[in-house]
Amino acid sequence: MQRIDIGEVSLEISIAGDGRPLLFLHGGDYFVQNRAFLDRLAQRWRVFAPRHPGFGATERPDGFRTVHDLAYFYLDMIKQQGLDDAVLVGASFGGWIALEMCVRSIERVGRLVLIDTLGVKFGAREERDIADIYALPTDELLRRTFFDPQRWVPDYRQLSDEEVTAIARDREATALYGWRPYMHNPSLRQWLHRVRAPALVLWGDNDGIVRPDYGERLCRALPDARFATIRQAGHYPQIERPDEVADAIEGFAGAEVKR
Amino acid sequence: MKVWHFSEMAYHPAWPELRDSYRVVIPSRLFDPKVGADLYHRYLDEWALCDELGINIMTNEHHATATCADSVCTIPMAILARETKKVRLLALGMPIGNRNDPIRVAEEYSMLDVISRGRIEMGFVKGVPFEISPANTNPADLVGRFWEAHDLILKAMTSHDGPFNWEGTHFHYRSVNVWPRPWQQPHPPLWMPVGSPSSAMEAAERGMTIGVLNTGWVRTPPIFEAYRQKAAEVGRPMTPHRLAYMALIGVGDTREEGERRADQILDYSRTSGIVAPQFMNPPGYASAAQSGQALRMSAGGFRAGRIQSRDGCPIDPRRMTVAEAVDAGLCFAGTPDDVFAQLRAFYDHVGGFGHLLMMGQGGLLSHEETVANLSLFSREVLPRLGELGT
Repeated sequence: MQRIDIGEVSLEISIAGDGRPLLFLHGGDYFVQNRAFLDRLAQRWRVFAPRHPGFGATERPDGFRTVHDLAYFYLDMIKQQGLDDAVLVGASFGGWIALEMCVRSIERVGRLVLIDTLGVKFGAREERDIADIYALPTDELLRRTFFDPQRWVPDYRQLSDEEVTAIARDREATALYGWRPYMHNPSLRQWLHRVRAPALVLWGDNDGIVRPDYGERLCRALPDARFATIRQAGHYPQIERPDEVADAIEGFAGAEVKR
Repeated sequence: MKVWHFSEMAYHPAWPELRDSYRVVIPSRLFDPKVGADLYHRYLDEWALCDELGINIMTNEHHATATCADSVCTIPMAILARETKKVRLLALGMPIGNRNDPIRVAEEYSMLDVISRGRIEMGFVKGVPFEISPANTNPADLVGRFWEAHDLILKAMTSHDGPFNWEGTHFHYRSVNVWPRPWQQPHPPLWMPVGSPSSAMEAAERGMTIGVLNTGWVRTPPIFEAYRQKAAEVGRPMTPHRLAYMALIGVGDTREEGERRADQILDYSRTSGIVAPQFMNPPGYASAAQSGQALRMSAGGFRAGRIQSRDGCPIDPRRMTVAEAVDAGLCFAGTPDDVFAQLRAFYDHVGGFGHLLMMGQGGLLSHEETVANLSLFSREVLPRLGELGT
């Protein structure tokens, strides 16, 4: 990971590959498990993979309190880095940030990919669209998160102090941004018509955090979106099925798509 | 030395039906309002009796739990503000980082202070981690919210020239104007429970009295010492009355009777920590470094090691015996002489303190036994506390 300065913020980021720019916005947890997916993407694109401000090794910047702050921050970032006609890929919490960016500006976004994204409220007030990850017993949470939890949940006892602290900071920041209203912005749904970039909505067939029917509703709420599921994958299909997800993204955004 | 009687108003009839969690997720169908009413009244009677016994009164609050049916600490305070005439009333306390409206807290405390004619002491608590879920407050900015609420409440209670404006990080009011103003000037004494030297220093900087519980023989001295040092450093006058220690106390005419009472009160310690592990350490409640270490422990390990024997070994609170609790300094039990001797040894060990928070009722200890416990303490132990020098 290297660092680049965006305004006052020192951003942890890995940049790899050549080609059209692709910005990947990660979810709230299991950051390092995205590696295989990012390596695969870097064979085709120039991949920008930051760890969000307040996550990982970075203290949360003063004044960063909501997902709106992250959205404006990344809009600044893609401008500063000269990303143009970019493929914007957001997974889970990162998909929420991507949506918040796109309702503000799609000027530099050529294609949008949303993977098991949250951030929007569809159901009634007593319906839970997004599983309460803070209230589920650990075993159930892991079963809902991964198709194959045994394979993907790390043995935390084997990790260094630095690594476990970074994971704890990821979770703390996710809680800060997503605690209440829970993992969504009540106003976001009414502005989804502004997300005019062509979008691909990908969903893990076995996602027990945000079910595939939520993804279908999200897809219908976007002006130009298509929906596909990934078999044998939970909430993080790009971790469990990196090649399938990368194939789908390539199929969708791989062609020359200068608008 | 001031003594305060504390009870959590436990709804123990539900306990036999609980297993893995006594908190957060347990259904309220387990609470029978008729049984609950009897329990509330008997606990209130015990507190009211304290007015005659010369023992002050301490309440607290927890939420969604059968271990503490006092979900609004100012409600028993309000009843007792009128029912008692002499003793002081402490809420330790109000979870101001979890209450959405600090102005309402200022109003409750001010009104209580006036009705009681200046007998209120105000506790502000950050709250144990499993209070986050019932309140649905953001654990990742609890500390900032707590201190902003603290500042706002104090300003609201001490401003008497009409409305002021507050546009902070967490709270927003354009017209703060609390009526009534409190009886005690500038405001009732302030308390905060703490569990670490760093929290003790935060309290010392502000002149708040600290209360510690479950810190025992091993963890109490560094906390008290940190407070004394910080108070000296910032030039706050240091008196023993800035320090309070909570102990479970069972006193009897015989050692056996005192220990039997303590054993029943100890069911408080045996049950109150039983919480489904996912509520034990919400993200951001502890520092990233602490939570990182907790990730390495088995589920629920976050609060392990809080209860320690005199030689620093962890004690499982679920199975703690009276002898272990006495050894650990968490409990004083036996005859009045036994209790006084244990208290004196502890007092000397930690360098003195000015308040004894006495859990004189807990668990299944009956009304009659509680009355006997409090009365005997008042008659045989209380008069001797002057010997300790505070």
